[in-house]
Amino acid sequence: MADLLTPQLNAESSAPDWLQARRLAGRAVWESSELPTRKTESWKYTSLFALQRPFMAATESAESAEELGFELPQLAGSRLVFVNGFWREDLSDIVPDEAIELVRFSEADQTQAALIAQHLGSVVPGNKHPFSALNDAVLADGVFLRIQKGSKAACPVQLVWHNSQQVDTAINSQRLLVLAEQHSEATVVEHFSGQGHSFTNGLSELILAAGATLNHSRLHLESAEALHIGGLHAALDRDATLNSFHVAFGGKLKRVDIVINHQGRGAHCQLDGMYLLRGQEHADYHTCIEHAVPHCTTDETFRGIVGDKASAVFNGRIHIHPDAQKTRAELSNKNLLTSATAEVNTKPELEIYADDVQCAHGATVAQLDESMLHYLRTRGIPADEALVLLSYGFINALVEKQRLESLRDFLKPLLADYFGAALAVDSDDAAG
Amino acid sequence: MLSIKDLHAEVEGKNILKGLNLGIREGEVHAIMGPNGSGKSTLGHVLSGRPGYEITQGSVEFLGKDLMELDTEERAQLGLFLAFQYPVEIPGVSNMEFLKASVDAVRESQGASAYDTVGFMRRAREACTAVDLDQAFLKRGVNEGFSGGEKKRNELMQMMLLEPRLCILDETDSGLDIDALQVVASCVNAMRSDSRSFLLVTHYQRLLGYIEPDFVHVLADGRIIKSGDKSLALELEAKGYSWLNDGEVA
Ligand SMILES: Nc1ncnc2c1ncn2[C@@H]1O[C@H](COP(=O)(O)OP(=O)(O)O)[C@@H](O)[C@H]1O
Ligand SMILES: [Mg+2]
Repeated sequence: MADLLTPQLNAESSAPDWLQARRLAGRAVWESSELPTRKTESWKYTSLFALQRPFMAATESAESAEELGFELPQLAGSRLVFVNGFWREDLSDIVPDEAIELVRFSEADQTQAALIAQHLGSVVPGNKHPFSALNDAVLADGVFLRIQKGSKAACPVQLVWHNSQQVDTAINSQRLLVLAEQHSEATVVEHFSGQGHSFTNGLSELILAAGATLNHSRLHLESAEALHIGGLHAALDRDATLNSFHVAFGGKLKRVDIVINHQGRGAHCQLDGMYLLRGQEHADYHTCIEHAVPHCTTDETFRGIVGDKASAVFNGRIHIHPDAQKTRAELSNKNLLTSATAEVNTKPELEIYADDVQCAHGATVAQLDESMLHYLRTRGIPADEALVLLSYGFINALVEKQRLESLRDFLKPLLADYFGAALAVDSDDAAG
Repeated sequence: MLSIKDLHAEVEGKNILKGLNLGIREGEVHAIMGPNGSGKSTLGHVLSGRPGYEITQGSVEFLGKDLMELDTEERAQLGLFLAFQYPVEIPGVSNMEFLKASVDAVRESQGASAYDTVGFMRRAREACTAVDLDQAFLKRGVNEGFSGGEKKRNELMQMMLLEPRLCILDETDSGLDIDALQVVASCVNAMRSDSRSFLLVTHYQRLLGYIEPDFVHVLADGRIIKSGDKSLALELEAKGYSWLNDGEVA
């Protein structure tokens, strides 16, 4: 697909050698691969038609936070902001924390660069995903977060990738590498937002060493016109815990591949996700949990509300390898359709090669519960309002599960806005 | 206030209520007792307009309106309240969000202005205290993970905030310890007024020791087979229901 990269994107860069080598390798894979089509099984319901024009480099923007229309969670921690892929020091804020090392690839010192070069791409199967190769091919900068062995980060780290209005062939390439060392603990929030047209290729890798705990969220709060093809790849060593929460609003085309690799005994993953679509939006979550070793657990819950002419795809694969005895894996995907023209394609894909496992799954287009609806109406709430309240509850139940209170507070008004409901009471004041 | 005449109702094609008559005037407290499966909860559900509970004969008038012509929410807005025997759980909707939506809807229908958020929260906290529930329950999902007793208290809290005209309490006393029972009683007694009526569905005389009813009815096989004053409850407690059935057959 050489013809899909403009000369500008192919140009030599001043990147250090290790980065340059990665770009060249990525470019080679990208050039020899084909763009998936609807005939490709994992792209059956998602068309890449919107992308079939040469990509170009995004342009730098100097707009203020206000002009950019920022709405960011106030998480009281470090915040790194990139606009159109360019680092914006003026909008960023790094809070010193002994437990973590937080650096951009372009600023990495020798030791850091060696760590990045060692781990970057170690979890992503580079030759399988053309869009991961694309990410490598145009890699200019990225963020490296290391949580020191045995330490707990004092406050959350927030990474913001924002797009200003652009043409939708301009690539905003984002890269994150998190290395959570043994028995460390941290909270990371990835935030994608923007105005108007844009194309983002966001790729994140999480490496959790033995006993590490990582609370991770990935928020897609992009505009209705935005395109995003991205991935999250995680590797969990012995007794590591990954809590990963995914939110998607908006987007003409959004495709996120989530791959969790249980590689050490006793690892646990709680994977939650929600998508709220309307208009002509399209979101496609492909998740894959690889249980390669015994005694690991997975709790995966995705919920979606799809209205108007929007469409959603959920494909949840759980692969239990022959050695992975005593695995416990649960997968649930429930969807509410709020219009007759909305569409959902949901499919669990279980591949179980071990015999002593507990595995439960369900993928449904759900109905709101009649008895709940009646209960609300007996309290004087009109049926249409009651339906909205129940739809909100269906999604909010997932938000309530999240550990980071400031994130819950941030999401509540967005939900209220989506549901067009006056959810007047801030429940955190309720007990005040 | 409420006038039920010759009410017949069926659930899933099965006749449950078979010619029930009951009249409740303003300010009165009525108790309904009766064996399991006699149709007590069905009566509450029918009055609330629950889908699947179909009226096949008879009439119900509430505050001068034909109740059966009204939607469930309109009945509530008019002042009908049912404390459920088994309240449902609604995860993801906090009790506070639910209570506010409910009270706002009822007040709006009555042409009253909505409470401001701060004022409402104060009221909600007061109601919480009155039913002896920790304030933390306002933040939790509606009835989510509440114990049986906590669910019953939550029903009472809603009743206090909605200030209905007719309160139907379906076995609100069942499964409660003596302290909780006193909470139910003090809540009902505090709300008793000349313009508000109560219909208490109960299995036990116990509750009626704390809330003095004006009338006691026995419901059996879908009909009220005997009515009397509070002494009837004592008699039932002593003799059970069988003597009534025997009497009827004889
Ligand atoms: N949803 C239902 N479907 C079928 N039968 C029902 C349903 N609800 C109640 N019934 C039946 O109606 C009868 C009366 O039930 P109910 O009103 O709950 O009695 P009570 O409250 O007096 O114990 C019982 O025989 C019960 O099995
Ligand atoms: Mg009952």
